[in-house]
Amino acid sequence: MRASTGNPAAPRKGRLDIWELLIRLVLIIASLACLLPFLHVVSKSLSSDSFVIANKVFLWPEGITIEAYKKIFADASILRSLYISVIVTVLFTILGMVLTICAAYPLSRTQFKGRRVITFIFLFTMYFSGGIIPDYMNINNLGLMDTIWSLVLPLSFSAFNLLIMKTSLTSSIPVSLEESARIDGAGHFRILISIVLPLSKPIMATLALFYAVGRWNAYQDALFYIKHETDLRPLQLKLYYLVIQASESFQLEATQVSLSNPEVLKASVVVFATLPILCVYPFVQKYFVQGVMLGAVKE
Amino acid sequence: MKVASASKTNHTALLSKKQGIGYYLQRDWQLYLLVLFPLAFVIVFKYLPMTGLVIAFKDYKIARGFWGSEWVGFQIFQEIFSKPDFARAVRNTLLLNILDLCFSFTMPIVLAILLNEVKSVRFKRVNQTLLYLPHFLSWVIIGAIGYQLLSEGSGVVNNLIELMGGNRIPFLQEDTHWLISYLAIGVWQSMGWGTIIYLAAMSGINPEMYEAATVDGAGRWRKVWNITVPSIRATIVTLLIMNLGKVMEGSFERIFALQNKATTEFTTTIPVLVYRWGIESGNFSRATALGLFQSVIGIILVITADRVAKKLGEDGIL
Repeated sequence: MRASTGNPAAPRKGRLDIWELLIRLVLIIASLACLLPFLHVVSKSLSSDSFVIANKVFLWPEGITIEAYKKIFADASILRSLYISVIVTVLFTILGMVLTICAAYPLSRTQFKGRRVITFIFLFTMYFSGGIIPDYMNINNLGLMDTIWSLVLPLSFSAFNLLIMKTSLTSSIPVSLEESARIDGAGHFRILISIVLPLSKPIMATLALFYAVGRWNAYQDALFYIKHETDLRPLQLKLYYLVIQASESFQLEATQVSLSNPEVLKASVVVFATLPILCVYPFVQKYFVQGVMLGAVKE
Repeated sequence: MKVASASKTNHTALLSKKQGIGYYLQRDWQLYLLVLFPLAFVIVFKYLPMTGLVIAFKDYKIARGFWGSEWVGFQIFQEIFSKPDFARAVRNTLLLNILDLCFSFTMPIVLAILLNEVKSVRFKRVNQTLLYLPHFLSWVIIGAIGYQLLSEGSGVVNNLIELMGGNRIPFLQEDTHWLISYLAIGVWQSMGWGTIIYLAAMSGINPEMYEAATVDGAGRWRKVWNITVPSIRATIVTLLIMNLGKVMEGSFERIFALQNKATTEFTTTIPVLVYRWGIESGNFSRATALGLFQSVIGIILVITADRVAKKLGEDGIL
């Protein structure tokens, strides 16, 4: 074993020793642990009630039916919460990106006087915050309770994303490029729009995804701030009440006697809510990985 | 340098005079204008709430308002320290987070080392894609999947156990089992994602080091111990400090998505108690004081951990 890998000139690939096999086995088990729960829930959501009640569904749907999905698409409250989630996520992401760029560009310019103080003001919020109740009272005082703005505005500035953007702008935009633009008479706005932003597309994509996925998945603030206007509940909060608390019944069940097992409905709601993330996941994964690495650079 | 660049861009500037703030405002007004927008945002949504912390030292009455309420000094803190709920919340917060640190923190390190040992790029990529997946799911969805899999009556894991002749286990419906499931689900959610930062550090290792070690007769695990592990040591220390600072925190969303009425022993943590006292019961002063207590301990923990790391010759984060 040692002898064969000992020669640096000989490529090591293609050799499988017993350790390599064991390592691969452990990794395959870990990966399956991440995959199989979904397969099970998807199978359950597509199975007919009798098989689910008899506990006979494992990794393959039994007695395939899309009855549960039909119910979901007939439930106006679920579709409305999907709509709210989409609106909130889009507004939040746009606002978050505008705030990040407006803060990151000036702070990445060396000639910008006072940038140390302003940077400190921004980054201090990473380490200390008022906390749950002061934030809650602030939203209340601003009259944002039970509006979608309580989900769009407060979290849209992220010091962490600012740090990533600033690091990226400082390191990736050549100073000479900017200087030549300045000699040609371009102002800061011009430089930002025609030089800096086009060159920062990859990092902007990454941060936009950070904002979007973070907003899509969060439900804590909605739980706190959306109390009476049940129509404004985003999808995750709706899911929380439907599945975790099980305090809310599906709208359709009130009007017609349902034969469906709630377990099947729950499974299909979970799939319904996961699908948007699963659809974009393969395409966005690499951007996220890059973002994490950029975030680590500052350490 | 500053003066030089100033003279380049603004010919009317006098080199001999020390520039006042007005000069910079005039020269870079566009930059100041840009930064004004996020600055206003941070002040309204981050700094303005901080003024609300004063109600931790006041007997806050909604009728008397924010400023009209009476100052009571540290009386509210004394009050909460004597509550049995407080002691339980502190215990649970520490227990859950320290156990999390033992498992959720170490698992990514192990996985990253294993992934680094695999030579096939494609095998690695497929595994990483699957392992990262749980990180992208919300806690509500993870909680829902958890109940689908682990519930005592209909969970598929229990169905399998029964099929193999075992007894059904109340994974999420009994306190101690709940604690273990809570930790396992946490590991499941974060183990893949956590590897990224270590893999990035490992990718910086010069392959010649491994080759030289092989020539010297080092086996696989010897190389892991002497080359791979030292390359990520600084990263481990940094992340450990950051996680130690969070020992008093913990995710509210995670607990809330996994809790149920049958398991209340370990689910009352500090953030949950803040929510119950403040938003559910309307006792804002008490809840704010508890939140402030948590933040202050958190900051002390980060600073202490950072000092210790620096004493041990590591970089630290502050």
